[in-house]
Amino acid sequence: MPNDVEPDDAARARLTREDVEHVAALARLALDEDELERITHDLAGILEHVAEIAALDLDDVAPTSHPLPLVNVTRPDEVAPTLPRDEVLACAPEAEDGRFRVPRILDEP
Amino acid sequence: MSPTAVDVARDVRAGTRRARDVLEEHLAEIEARDGELHACLLVTADEARAAADEVDVRVAGGDDPGPLAGVPVVLKDNLCTRGIPTTCGSRILEGWHPPYTATAVERIAEAGGIVVAKTNLDEFAMGSSTENSAYGPTRNPRDPSRVPGGSSGGSAAAVAAGFAPLGLGSETGGSVRQPAALCGAVGVKPTYGRVSRYGLVAFASSLDQIGPVATTVMDTARLLDVIDGHDPHDSTSIPDPLAPVEPTTRDGVAGLRVGVITELTDVDGVEPEVRAAVHVAASALTDAGATADEVSVPSTAYGISAYYLIAPAEASSNLARYDGVRYGLRVDADDVATMNARTRAAGFGPEVKRRIMLGTYALSAGYYDAYYGRAQRVRTLILRDFARVYEDFDVLLAPTSPTVAFELGAKVDDPLAMYLSDVCTIPTNLAGHAAISVPWGAGAHDLPVGVQVLAPALGEPVMFRVAQALEDAAP
Repeated sequence: MPNDVEPDDAARARLTREDVEHVAALARLALDEDELERITHDLAGILEHVAEIAALDLDDVAPTSHPLPLVNVTRPDEVAPTLPRDEVLACAPEAEDGRFRVPRILDEP
Repeated sequence: MSPTAVDVARDVRAGTRRARDVLEEHLAEIEARDGELHACLLVTADEARAAADEVDVRVAGGDDPGPLAGVPVVLKDNLCTRGIPTTCGSRILEGWHPPYTATAVERIAEAGGIVVAKTNLDEFAMGSSTENSAYGPTRNPRDPSRVPGGSSGGSAAAVAAGFAPLGLGSETGGSVRQPAALCGAVGVKPTYGRVSRYGLVAFASSLDQIGPVATTVMDTARLLDVIDGHDPHDSTSIPDPLAPVEPTTRDGVAGLRVGVITELTDVDGVEPEVRAAVHVAASALTDAGATADEVSVPSTAYGISAYYLIAPAEASSNLARYDGVRYGLRVDADDVATMNARTRAAGFGPEVKRRIMLGTYALSAGYYDAYYGRAQRVRTLILRDFARVYEDFDVLLAPTSPTVAFELGAKVDDPLAMYLSDVCTIPTNLAGHAAISVPWGAGAHDLPVGVQVLAPALGEPVMFRVAQALEDAAP
């Protein structure tokens, strides 16, 4: 994938099957052949529509990430009960010794 | 017509009706018709009977159970209920029993409300028809060959069918108002931060908000006053005290200035009957003492494009937590990355995958500024346009949905066409403002039309006055 894309380029960019495979890997989604084909088609159509915002002059417009004027909300640093550990672990597919159990992460056991 | 929440609570508090009897009547309605409609994913009859009996005991003992005394309520199934399955309409959360209850749901119980069912939704609230549920679609009670709208289609259909006077849904881009409009109910999107999201399963955190559905404006006002207000568990909930809406809802509209948004009303894609409804509603408000004019809010035309970058981007981040480790489903593999990818592939449906992919793409290296960054700037334009228009107008009017309810299957193979169902509702969500959809007569095929009243942040008291005036004048 390119390192940097200007808005106008993005509007014209053609989404490739390789792009979609790369994004699926980033999103941790094991998509099958049919899904990759379908999503490549769908995303291309959606991106073509949303490219209309590439034509807007937004140089002097600041981004809005959140509609409320709240910053750095903190709570009092007081000890309070947390969720019961047994109940939380009971929701998990696998638990052991008070922890979530997962398959191997590193090569060495 | 089924009794309203206000009527039920009045009678139960007065001891002239038993909460248990009210509940049994509503359970009978569910029993009779939900086989056809599939509005409910789970009917919590045993818990509801215990809660109703407790309300009756309290009334008999001289207590006041609260403003929702004995009122049956349905909950969209993305609201956490401790010990009761909460699926989000997804296979990936199958079998999950949340260890805590959403604040809004706690407040309903504290006010004497009775939870009767968890309702169907588009998977993780992503959709406009409730066809994206892993548990099958919901049908519109007004015409079961058609969708109820979405994503809170289960709650809207349940309320419209008389399963409960009140329902809770959630909005990210119109998911309470649009199904309310399509089912002939009232639906509210409160100001961002008005209602705590603690226990609402996250979709897009800068947009999500819980909202009421009911058959009358006054009932939605009652429910909003119960669930709103600061919650220490949600840092985005507004810390200041809020003015209640119910006491002023009947104060009338004399002297209020109403603007009809041109870009959302008089444009291609809006059905002629829907367009006419908005203009007739505006003149009804002038008859009631308001003034009405047409007004341009140009950047709202870009709402869909901004939304379908911002919402999927935030969703791709929020849904990263469904990795086969902490909740529900796991598909085993020898290493954790493969386990994650296989679990997510098996657990998510097509629309959720599509949005995760779109959002991940919009956030990925090289594309962030061109897509997500630009969408956030468009959001600023929309806020600016609204701020300018609200200098001259108290509230704005627009259609809720460009069309009446469409047939099942009509848009499932065309994601963009489905996304355009939200064209009129999305600007409110991007701005973090409030809006309410009120039924206004019938459109094509004699199906319900909704007109929405938009208001600036925390403009709910005036918004509800206008909504009440519309309800009083509705054809």
